[in-house]
Amino acid sequence: MRNPLSDKVTAIKPSGIRKFFDLVSEMPDAISLGVGEPDFETPWRIREEGIYTLEKGKTFYTSNAGLKELKDEIGKYLKRKIKVKYKSEEILVTVGGSEGIDLAFRAMLDQGDEVLIPQPSFVSYLPCVSLAGGTPVVIDLQEKNDFKLTKEELEAAITPKTKMLVMPYPNNPTGAIMTREELEPIAELVKEHDLYVLSDEIYSELTYGQEHTSIASLPEMKERTLIINGFSKSYAMTGWRLGYICGPGNIVEQMLKIHQFAIMCAPTNSQYAAIEALKHCDKDVKEMRTAYNQRRRFLMHSFEKMGLQCFEPFGAFYVFPSIQEFNMTSEEFATRLLEEEKVAVIPGTAFGECGEGFLRVSYAYSIDSLKIAMERLACFISRLREEERA
Amino acid sequence: MEKVRKSILKYIEKNSRVDLKELAILIGSDEITVVNELAGMEQEGIIKGFHTLIDWSRTGVERVTALIEVRVTPTRGEGFDKLAKRICKYPEVTSAYLISGAYDLLITLEGKTLLEISTFVSERLSPMEDVMSTATHFILKKYKDYGITMFSSEKAERMPVTP
Repeated sequence: MRNPLSDKVTAIKPSGIRKFFDLVSEMPDAISLGVGEPDFETPWRIREEGIYTLEKGKTFYTSNAGLKELKDEIGKYLKRKIKVKYKSEEILVTVGGSEGIDLAFRAMLDQGDEVLIPQPSFVSYLPCVSLAGGTPVVIDLQEKNDFKLTKEELEAAITPKTKMLVMPYPNNPTGAIMTREELEPIAELVKEHDLYVLSDEIYSELTYGQEHTSIASLPEMKERTLIINGFSKSYAMTGWRLGYICGPGNIVEQMLKIHQFAIMCAPTNSQYAAIEALKHCDKDVKEMRTAYNQRRRFLMHSFEKMGLQCFEPFGAFYVFPSIQEFNMTSEEFATRLLEEEKVAVIPGTAFGECGEGFLRVSYAYSIDSLKIAMERLACFISRLREEERA
Repeated sequence: MEKVRKSILKYIEKNSRVDLKELAILIGSDEITVVNELAGMEQEGIIKGFHTLIDWSRTGVERVTALIEVRVTPTRGEGFDKLAKRICKYPEVTSAYLISGAYDLLITLEGKTLLEISTFVSERLSPMEDVMSTATHFILKKYKDYGITMFSSEKAERMPVTP
């Protein structure tokens, strides 16, 4: 029989998270800090809107790009939040932020086009670039720079084939954010080398102490930036699978073709619910942000007490402590922590090789769970230190 | 209001038993500030007390709660306050509000039995000089009190590990 599979697909490595998922699943009493989604339920008024639209029989396809009213609300939201104006035809409603990532690469890349991907970062960028026929080029971010992308790092990675740069901020898994001042030199280089930016801003509502800045809001950057955002993290709507991508009309038009043939339209019910979210749920977002911030402070304080080195992150709901003082890989550390103390965290390497020596710890959990997990982690660490001394 | 005070109040409104050292960490302050602000707010009458929310219906202890609407003739110069303050003196009155709408005061009353409450209304409340009329509503079931639902609801499970 012939090989039924595509070489392109078989060459893709399965997600490093999968392996850990299997391990944790076998341990029902483990405390997992390995989750990349909010612990809050979707605010009730959003859920109720979803229920109402089902009752009213709004169960048909919407137009491919999404409900006009939703796109208008997204436009208003972006204007309010990041001070950039998007017209209806510059917005495409997608099945989660993930679809947007895939669409952007598929619409923009030809064989051999290079895409710069700063890592550690979300697991999808690299395989999606490969699937779209592009060449992923990884930029290893440094802890000493708080995992922000620097002008020097970017400049060193640019070649004549570079077409796109992924900007994954606020960052999963490091929690790093980038301020306007830090984005400016990046934007200058992008313009100088005529690159496009895919700015994944799915965690834009979750920044602490300072507002999120979109690179699209910098001068002359809107026309070379695609923004990905969505409802999963900000409104605790992961299971609704709803996001959006916005950018220059000519790119959106081509992405729409792929979306039209592959997806048809994002879930109708979720789209109606999302209108409610954008219109009336600022307060809910603020409350969740306050809770995340409290947990963030709690974890930072716990690490400090344990003497575990960790740069202070100001975004998303992750902290990324370093375990370089212990003589083991992230995976060994995470596996032993799970087996010996029944606490699950994700090895940093799941988000790129340069995540070696780090762990992703999610704080999308109640303070009570975090407390128990931190007690166990502290025990584990002091045991490791004793072992090393012996 | 100062930010730190607001953060403290918002947190302890739902978690009054929090350890103060922990509270300081959570709101990004220090323990001394938290202790001082709490003491200050108690002294200023901002913090009135620390209560426990109990679902008595699960205990087997008999308890009856009633809401009583009261229409009142306001006293010259004192409005509704004089009568309201008198009503508040009764320990079985758990809350009393001046409200807008068809009647004036809304009182919640707790007693052991229906009889105890109806006796209070007929013998104490209604005969009061400025009380024009009352309407008593017995609470049959509490679904939610002070922001907490009394029924248990299933919590959906998240997958233990996701990217």
